[in-house]
Amino acid sequence: MSVPSATPYEAKTRLGRVTNFVDSRVNGSGIVKGLGRKVFPDHWSFMFGEVALYCFVILLLTGTFLTFFFDPSMAETHYEGSYVPLRGVEMSVAYESSLNISFDVRGGLFMRQVHHWSALLFVAAVSVHMLRVFFTGAFRKPRELNWVVGGVLLILSLAAGFTGYSLPDDLLSGNGLRIIDGVIKSVPVVGTYISFFLFGGEFPGTAIIGRLYMLHILLVPALILLMIAIHLFMVVIHKHTQFRGPGRTNNNVVGYPVGPVYAAKAGGFFFIVFGVIAIIAGFFTINPIWNYGPYDPSPVSAGTQPDWYIGWVDGALRLMPGFIGGFPLEWVIPFPWGDNTLSLNVLLPALGPAGLVFTLLFAWPWIEAWLTKDKRVHNLLDRPRNAPYRTAVGVAGITFYCVMWAAASSDLIATHFHVSLNDVTYWLRVLFFVGPILGFIIARRIALALQRKDREIVLHGVESGRIVRLPHGEYIEVHEPLDEYKRYRLVDFEAYKAIPAQLDANGKVSGKEKRRAKLSRFFFEDRVAPVTPSELANAHHHESPSEVEAKANDQASIEQR
Amino acid sequence: MGDHSHGSPNTSGTVATAGQGDEEKFQNPGLPPHRPRLADTNPRAEKRAERQVASLFIVSIIGTIVFFIGYFSIHLDDASIAELRLQNILLGLGTAFAMLGIGVGIVHWAKTLMPDHEITEERHEIRPEEDRVIAEKMVGDIIEETGIKRRPLIRNTLLGAMVLAPLPAIAVFRDLGPLPGDTLRHTMWEAGTRLVRDPSGTAIKAADVTVGSAFHVIPNGLKDLPEHKLEEKAKAVVLLMRLNPEDLNPSPGREDWAVDGIVAYSKICTHVGCPVALYEQQTHHLLCPCHQSTFDVTQECKVIFGPAGHALPQLPIAVDDEGYLIATSDFKEPVGPSYWERG
Amino acid sequence: MKALSQRRRHPLAAVALLLLGLLVTGGLYAVANGANQAQAATTTYTAEDVSEGEKLFVANCATCHGIEASGTENGPSLVGVGAASVDFQVGTGRMPMAMQGPQAQEKPVQFNEEQTAELAAYVSSLGAGPSVPDSEYLEPDTSDEEASANGGELFRVNCAMCHNAAAAGGALTRGKFAPSLDGVSEKHIYEAMATGPQNMPVFNDTNITPDEKQDIITFLKDIETSGSPGGAQLGSLGPVSEGLFIWTAGLGIIIAFTIWLTSRSS
Repeated sequence: MSVPSATPYEAKTRLGRVTNFVDSRVNGSGIVKGLGRKVFPDHWSFMFGEVALYCFVILLLTGTFLTFFFDPSMAETHYEGSYVPLRGVEMSVAYESSLNISFDVRGGLFMRQVHHWSALLFVAAVSVHMLRVFFTGAFRKPRELNWVVGGVLLILSLAAGFTGYSLPDDLLSGNGLRIIDGVIKSVPVVGTYISFFLFGGEFPGTAIIGRLYMLHILLVPALILLMIAIHLFMVVIHKHTQFRGPGRTNNNVVGYPVGPVYAAKAGGFFFIVFGVIAIIAGFFTINPIWNYGPYDPSPVSAGTQPDWYIGWVDGALRLMPGFIGGFPLEWVIPFPWGDNTLSLNVLLPALGPAGLVFTLLFAWPWIEAWLTKDKRVHNLLDRPRNAPYRTAVGVAGITFYCVMWAAASSDLIATHFHVSLNDVTYWLRVLFFVGPILGFIIARRIALALQRKDREIVLHGVESGRIVRLPHGEYIEVHEPLDEYKRYRLVDFEAYKAIPAQLDANGKVSGKEKRRAKLSRFFFEDRVAPVTPSELANAHHHESPSEVEAKANDQASIEQR
Repeated sequence: MGDHSHGSPNTSGTVATAGQGDEEKFQNPGLPPHRPRLADTNPRAEKRAERQVASLFIVSIIGTIVFFIGYFSIHLDDASIAELRLQNILLGLGTAFAMLGIGVGIVHWAKTLMPDHEITEERHEIRPEEDRVIAEKMVGDIIEETGIKRRPLIRNTLLGAMVLAPLPAIAVFRDLGPLPGDTLRHTMWEAGTRLVRDPSGTAIKAADVTVGSAFHVIPNGLKDLPEHKLEEKAKAVVLLMRLNPEDLNPSPGREDWAVDGIVAYSKICTHVGCPVALYEQQTHHLLCPCHQSTFDVTQECKVIFGPAGHALPQLPIAVDDEGYLIATSDFKEPVGPSYWERG
Repeated sequence: MKALSQRRRHPLAAVALLLLGLLVTGGLYAVANGANQAQAATTTYTAEDVSEGEKLFVANCATCHGIEASGTENGPSLVGVGAASVDFQVGTGRMPMAMQGPQAQEKPVQFNEEQTAELAAYVSSLGAGPSVPDSEYLEPDTSDEEASANGGELFRVNCAMCHNAAAAGGALTRGKFAPSLDGVSEKHIYEAMATGPQNMPVFNDTNITPDEKQDIITFLKDIETSGSPGGAQLGSLGPVSEGLFIWTAGLGIIIAFTIWLTSRSS
């Protein structure tokens, strides 16, 4: 047996001894060494992932409280609680216990409102976080897989939201379930069976709330937790991306260390998010289930909508016409064993847009890499204007989403802007197709224009507001050149060029490569190149101000190579 | 996009460095010089920041007290809505101050008093080449040692077993619900069932239904069902309206489905099942509030707008000896959203 | 319309919509406070009322409704609509209409109570119809503990699909809408049910009995006066206004904090 080379470490304080006990068993030192001074870049747009995480923590905390009082039974009962306008009304136990949480458990209403408001903020924060990642190009190699995990998290958060929305068994959510039932029944061949299995028989049955409850409090949150763990693990492996700027390169990360600054800011931010949600929940009603009444298949309320994140699918259902030119989209197909019905008027809008959006979302990192033939590691982010093609695609996607989103509130748009409900639908049907195209063109033009403005500023400096009279009587405004740090922010970017079709290994140009080249030309033929040092020197060479003006127009014109 | 006559592909275009590379670029000037904060140079500013942070933490303490006041001072046994609202506001304010005091305090502390030098950390290759070589060899050795490549019998039987083993996990979900059968084709209505008001359950005389009225109707006996009340209601609800008889245009075979301009249609939308209950008595349109499908009562509830794919089913009605409205049969087609087996 | 659809995507459109929603709600409150709260006058009219009413009718209404109220292309016959209908249409300012449109809009009331009663007297003299309700049905029913709950059930089955479960109003086809009932007087709610103004169906006394109508009024006034225990109601428009709120106010505050958090201290 070999003897330890040094005497074992003896801690001097009691805390030290406890720490040493743990450390020597789980190697806490290694964790501290690895993470204690890990650097995180600082930018406001990097915080949305944290907002989502914190909302999720708040959801777990308040959700646990709510489970102590909620009873997911659909058994029939008569309300005897303290809310007078519902006393004596027949309802399910689930709805009754939701009312009791609101009216007979102190702080229960507050907990419900915190829970629901943070759910809305949770999905909003996930969405905005994904938009940030998309528009800055943070999904590129090596982070493609984490982008996919993020997409899965978005879907899971929708699932968590929807299953929770239905639990109180009120009129609003009951009609939401009824819509889900209708959509499921439109699935060919197996739809009716899935509906009967899900609801334990005919809609509404007495099983669905209990089943959704289990999904909402166990399965979905567990999956979300798992995905969050994978997501954060990958962030640690990859280190965070950063915007381009002086001192920042693809091979370093510049920012504040976890201990103490970043940890303090991130930790403090949890309390800020909680505080903001608390103040909203204190002052603003959300989901007033006592207004809607218990679920009953006969009544319905005007303005029956899902929570915002399901709205776009509901909007697609509203936009789809049942008949096109008198031709029904509900097809009765004769088979040898009898007629079967294919409800394209439900199936297409329910699955089509969502399928398209999520397919493109998941595939985009690979689509972009294929188009640009750029397989390099990217740790530096793009400003959205410096990637006009990507920004345009993103804006087209947002427009597509927002048209459907608006359609989900077509009735409220009609009443609040005093226009006809039918006209709103007609216009949104047009925008469904035209909107994304317009969004693409306009966003690309704006991005290119902003890039030209940046060139202008680099070449000729910023307006100083100082008017000077020249000896020959001309007035000019003095432009001040940028300092080298500000300038670097404006010139450090890459502008992809269109890559023509390349020969493959057999010396041929494949059809796929031709299509890629075509798309590449469509995306990249309009480009604004970053200013080069010689261009800047040239611009400074001609210092006569009027010439500078004229030259600006030439130079900033879009390069056409 | 416009006037680009181009097409000369003189791009450097090499695969690895698309759009970058050979052009001259500005040199990275490195991190800008650090600018000290007020609190770094001025001891008074530092002291002030310290006091601010401490006051924010005190705000948090006050917030917690406000929460307790809100929680314990209002009892729910006899509270009015206004008192409940007050309690909710106090709990919200208390929590908000308690949380924001801590959060804003810590962040302010970090921003003003903790070091604000930006640190540069080098990134490392995510997968060093030597690791890859070692790992590849290791995996190769492991697979070799199992012998799975050399023993196809073992491999194939294992694959077969693995494919089959999960199937029971799917099969056990069979008992989630019964098979549909033809339950969706039938409702509670049958010849002679009285039309009664929802929710009171009282029968309706034809004379009660004046022109322009709309009655929300359920079948008699629904309220006394021992079970499946909501399931039956979800199929059986009906809207009863009276129009001027000349406004109705019954198709052949439906002439005797109405009583003096009184017609009854299923209230369940043929789109995805919301109750279609918005009856406009002048235009005779029925609107679904969920997805805006619009049905024209004068054309036997044909779809005139929106996503629904077929007309609302009509319930044939008549009057019994006592003058009450009754159904003369069940609906002639399945009500509600269409489904694969509907035909 | 086109400009409107496009402006909706303006970043401020969400804020504008929210503001508009708040304005509309506020406006309705203002209207409500100014609304005529007087209880129903007696339903027996004197011959003098009828003749005064006829004069008013000829001067103000006959252009559209025709001499003797027999109706023209521009307005329906009023024979048999009853005093309640006149009291509702004129008493809420819907009549006389400012212009033809999808439906008559609420406006400042044009006639005083006496004139409205005279018009009602004249129209009810032309043919029998629903009369102005007795005040006993307009008081909230305090004797019955479950009046409000019963009214709520009736309201959800018969009214909520157009007027919204919280009576905030909703859209109908082609520019028509069901108005918010917030601040509408008890008498006008009753009269609307009894007469079915515009495209609203008639809920006659065999469909919803006078006692049941009273229950509905009790319920509506109950939720109107007590408000929401959870705080501001965001127009009671359901998930849409909640979603709009979290995207504008909620995310707005959060973004303000993130900017402060990541900015450098001076």
